Amino acid sequence: MATARSSFESSLEDVGVSVTSVETASFREQLDETVTPPAVGVPLEEAFDEPSLSLADTSVTGDPTPATLREATTGVTGAQLGIGDYGSLALTPTDRASELVSLFVDRHVAVLRESDIVPDMDTAIETVHDEIDRTGHSVILATGPSATADMGALVTGAHGPRDVHVLIVDGE
Amino acid sequence: MATANELRELMRTEGAAVETNTQAFNEGRYESVSDLEEYEELKREARATKEDAIERLPELLDQLTETVEENGGTVYLADDAADANAYIRSVADERDAERVVKSKSMTSEELDVNEALAADGVDVVETDLGEWVLQIADEAPSHIVAPAIHKSRDAIADLFNERFDPETPLETAQELTHFARETLGERILDAEVGLTGANFIAAETGTMALVTSEGNARKTVAATDTHIAVAGVEKIVPTVADFHPFIELIGRSGTGQDITSYVSLLTPPLETPVVDFSDDTTPISAFDADREFHLVLVDNGRLAMREDDQLRETLYCIRCSACSNSCANFQSVGGHAFGGETYSGGIATGWEAGIEGLDVAGEFNDLCTGCTRCVNACPVGIDIPWINTVVRDRRNREREEPAEWLVDGLTPDEEDEGAPLQKRFFGNFETVAKLGSATAPLSNWFADADLSRRLMARLLDIDPRRELPTFERETLVEWFADRESTVSDPERRAVLYPDLYTNHVQVDRGKAAVEVLEALGVDVVVPPVPSSGRAPLSQGMVSTATDHATRVAETLNPHIEAGRDIVVIEPSDYAMFQREYEKFLDEATFTELADGSYEVLEYVYGLLENGADTSALPDVDAEVAYHSHCQQRTLGLEPYTVAVLEDRGYDVSTSDVECCGMAGSFGYKSDYYELSMDVGERLREQLQDDGVRGRPVVASGTSCLEQIDALLERQPRHPVELLVE
Repeated sequence: MATARSSFESSLEDVGVSVTSVETASFREQLDETVTPPAVGVPLEEAFDEPSLSLADTSVTGDPTPATLREATTGVTGAQLGIGDYGSLALTPTDRASELVSLFVDRHVAVLRESDIVPDMDTAIETVHDEIDRTGHSVILATGPSATADMGALVTGAHGPRDVHVLIVDGE
Repeated sequence: MATANELRELMRTEGAAVETNTQAFNEGRYESVSDLEEYEELKREARATKEDAIERLPELLDQLTETVEENGGTVYLADDAADANAYIRSVADERDAERVVKSKSMTSEELDVNEALAADGVDVVETDLGEWVLQIADEAPSHIVAPAIHKSRDAIADLFNERFDPETPLETAQELTHFARETLGERILDAEVGLTGANFIAAETGTMALVTSEGNARKTVAATDTHIAVAGVEKIVPTVADFHPFIELIGRSGTGQDITSYVSLLTPPLETPVVDFSDDTTPISAFDADREFHLVLVDNGRLAMREDDQLRETLYCIRCSACSNSCANFQSVGGHAFGGETYSGGIATGWEAGIEGLDVAGEFNDLCTGCTRCVNACPVGIDIPWINTVVRDRRNREREEPAEWLVDGLTPDEEDEGAPLQKRFFGNFETVAKLGSATAPLSNWFADADLSRRLMARLLDIDPRRELPTFERETLVEWFADRESTVSDPERRAVLYPDLYTNHVQVDRGKAAVEVLEALGVDVVVPPVPSSGRAPLSQGMVSTATDHATRVAETLNPHIEAGRDIVVIEPSDYAMFQREYEKFLDEATFTELADGSYEVLEYVYGLLENGADTSALPDVDAEVAYHSHCQQRTLGLEPYTVAVLEDRGYDVSTSDVECCGMAGSFGYKSDYYELSMDVGERLREQLQDDGVRGRPVVASGTSCLEQIDALLERQPRHPVELLVE
């Protein structure tokens, strides 16, 4: 797993995504340091089944109103997979509106458990295929910030976030 | 067909932007795929998946329909554009939609759905930045992936400043992007319907893949409550697992990105709540995900293409744009010339022939010169030049032009119906060359005479600015017949294939090849052999080319059976033996000839590797510039020439342009002369670079030699001629 993680981190660097790692115990402090306020987020406890990954007592507003979301600079969501060879994240749009929180903001902070890092795209698609087959969900493979070259030069920050940060929660 | 004037105007107005962008994509592709260890394996997988999916299309269509309906969506199979548009309009109407926001979709361009919706008073907004620019400018895409590739940043800034009159005029790409993001962001939030395409659709789960970088497709779907996806029926594959090779290949093959920012794998309807973005009291998760989904699958000629043995491969196309970016002509003129109603680039000929008809495809398919540089670039291995040839052949047969008395005697071809005069002249170049040698030097005087050049210009549209080949009175075959072999105890025995140009025009390189082979201990014969059929094939004269192939194999294969290797100087003819003959000959005959033949420097390389005595070859310490040949590079043969020259002591600098621009007869034609020279300019620049400028030039192909001769003062030669000094 160490190699998948190091390859993931170096791929993130290649696609212009910053990364920090954190122990479960210091998650909330680290999250506060990572977001640029105002920040909104999708409550993470459920997604990860881990009570300490909570937005409570942080500067991040969980489950905001649509108007608050529109005013926010940072959106915090979970990521279901990190893909080593590409630095991609698998984001599952949920009924908690994670798709809106990760998309309608300038800065997306994705929280990823170390154990969810897979070595390559091949493995990731197998996992995603099983997941979609089982649940009928959708999955966004997001790699780096949104970007366009349509205006005469490469610009990061097109319709989606212009800045992406991954917070890796260290495994046991 | 674009005229010389139209092409000149396009090169003047759009050429620079198109060239910069396509070349950047093309270089990006080379770089990106070189990092991918399993590149060839992924291409094979992608190809196999498409072959299987198109084979099983009816079954997959049924399965997909069932799945989408189980998921709560609707599937509509539209026969044609009008049918699809009528359905889409009815969905918008039932939703009372005032605005439809769109993400980029070529299939929706094919339908002209924007016009159809606008006629109902619906405000249709393109959200892809490039498409939005074109919507404002009221222009057509010039590239299937980067639609506004022909517009410079300055032109976009002028357009925005004029249309929107911002307080501070917009200037940088950053400012323009920010402005577009803000303006479009507001419009997306107000829209009722989101219209997307789909790059791939999995029948098993009803999941579609949307490949984008801007995030507009995600927003288009998430912010509206009614999602319409339009896709050609060929987009269906069995499962999400089958997306894998395409996800790794599509961005790399197209714009040279390892992967685009977003690959959305959507199984509609989405769980994402439909929110009122102005609500400041209700938490977002309290909104319902009350969503509708309509999948519009478009036939519009595709099911008939599936039944067409020659056009079927087109359906494997994943619209990555590799064939546009790797095409030397496309790099000069872009999709406004090299394109039809909707699609552009090499594969567009297949799409437009199948969807719109041969007339539309015939308008631009002469811009494919058959250089084959797109063949290895295509992630699903479509033989794009072959599709262009087939369409050209069908077009030739459609026309009924009376044969002209002057050229009729020169065109003893197998074309039963009216291929155009110019095509038949070039297609029957063997007869022209035979007559040219037989009557040389008179034929050369005739060719140079002012009056006859004017006649050629008028009857055959041969550009008077081109020098015509000079025929040698004594052909290579005749020269060889008068001499004795110098090898008494041969290591190997070979036939040197007297290709048309070596035999009649560039006889010196043939003599040099004989000398080199004999110096390396090869017993050589140069029997009369028919020409390969490359010339008629390039004019779309398939049955004539087939006849050549049959006669060549009948002549050469007995030599192979008698233990001789076939050595070929002209790369375009060698490529016939290796690639195209597979379509013209039975498998055993084709394989025997393909396996038994070698490009001349490849053969020399083999001899050197096997320890041939090189004492008779020159040892030098010199510099040389080498331009390989497009079809030769596609076959992976360039390294052999470089290695042999290096072995002899040359410091070799190689060009990396995709094609010299001459491409057989292409550069002779009046309509294409200036385009041919524009393409050639890129090669000229490389040959005039610092450190290359002073080097003698060698090139493998006849066309390349003629083109370089026209571009430079330095008279180029074939590399084999460097081995006999």
